[in-house]
Amino acid sequence: MDRWVCTVCGYVYDPADGDPDNGVAAGTAWEDVPDDWECPVCGASKDDFEKE
Amino acid sequence: MKPLEIAKDIYWVGAIDWNIRDFHGYSTYQGTTYNAFLIVDEKITLIDAVKEEFTNDMFSRISQVVDPSKIDIVISNHTEMDHSGGLPKVMHRLSKDTPLYCSNNGMKNLKAHFHQEWNFQPVKSGDELSLGKRTLSFLETRMLHWPDSMFTYLPSDKILFSSDAFGQHYASLERFDDEVGEMIMPHAAKYYANILLPFSQLVTKLVDQVTEMGLEIDMICPDHGILWRKDPGKIIQAYAEWAKQTPKKKAVVVYDTMWHSTEKMADAMVEAFKDLGIEARVMHIRSCHRSEIMTEVMDAGAVVVGSPTINNNMFPTVADFLTYMKGLKPKNKVGGAFGSYGWSGEAAKQVNAELEAIGFELPNDPLRVQYIPDGDSLQACYALGEQIGQTLLKKVE
Repeated sequence: MDRWVCTVCGYVYDPADGDPDNGVAAGTAWEDVPDDWECPVCGASKDDFEKE
Repeated sequence: MKPLEIAKDIYWVGAIDWNIRDFHGYSTYQGTTYNAFLIVDEKITLIDAVKEEFTNDMFSRISQVVDPSKIDIVISNHTEMDHSGGLPKVMHRLSKDTPLYCSNNGMKNLKAHFHQEWNFQPVKSGDELSLGKRTLSFLETRMLHWPDSMFTYLPSDKILFSSDAFGQHYASLERFDDEVGEMIMPHAAKYYANILLPFSQLVTKLVDQVTEMGLEIDMICPDHGILWRKDPGKIIQAYAEWAKQTPKKKAVVVYDTMWHSTEKMADAMVEAFKDLGIEARVMHIRSCHRSEIMTEVMDAGAVVVGSPTINNNMFPTVADFLTYMKGLKPKNKVGGAFGSYGWSGEAAKQVNAELEAIGFELPNDPLRVQYIPDGDSLQACYALGEQIGQTLLKKVE
């Protein structure tokens, strides 16, 4: 599964880890991350991410 | 050391650092302040602490208002150590259940800094906290300029405690913008260029958000430097402008030199900018601090970088500057690379590749001159300046 990088702060979304603190379970593919999910570091939206 | 009552029952209890000259690689030739604030209400509240070694200064100021052990609530808007370093001593004086309000990221950061199990009370944007007569509200400002950063707003007094945003590194006995006048703006610009520039996109969002929320602001209290009370809108407007990174009719030629050859090239190039009516500055890296150079780069439309070649590489100070500039993500720049060399001449190409990686528009190939530039070479430098200048003029006009 692809990792996605926040273009604002550099945070990397790794599907293997998910973002459990914000309701995204480990193993969640980028496509399945909710559209209103925000970067846990800087608050950027999904649109601000690029594939690593 | 005296506190200063900045509004009824609200005190500045920070510290003045007259002597700091290098703030994690940012030149602070006029020192700085670490601002902390005390609100005396039914619940006595401290907003931010100071750098660790200034904690006694803060206690000394607080003591003239209240006994520091009577503080009921601590708020940490930003966990960087110039504002949190004093927290362990503060928390040590208070009872174990004293709440420490901060963002969720702030809680993680404070734990990772001080490894203490304080009574953390993480807050989100829109959360409120009653102090008695007054109620505070919180606004998360993630990545402005750390993941934990937040603002604390006091609607009853229309005061925004803005952590590092709107700050300036400037040590003074004056505390307010109206006491120091216009001279503070270049310090605020330098702060923006060196701290907030990479997050300009978020600054624009925040300014829009604050405008939409209709926050009434009579005073902005940043964590460094003077407080904005004369016209708080002015610094917000300045941030909105800086965040746009609109290229100005201005060029900065940044270089280092070993035997004055790259210097001669820089001087020839800058003549071209002048002749085109473009404001230009030449900055020799070992004479101008990187943070001074970045302040000039912020609003310049063109940035040209020169380096001699030393042992098949660019000069180390040029690499320092380029690394620093890359991290600050300047946008909308036209650029170019140049440099003198002896036999191999890699530097100008390496500089060019770095500028390309930063996203500069590079209308020309890098310009190299072997050993000392002659008249023709200097003419080529002038021509390079002219072409870069014309590209800039097309862009801004």
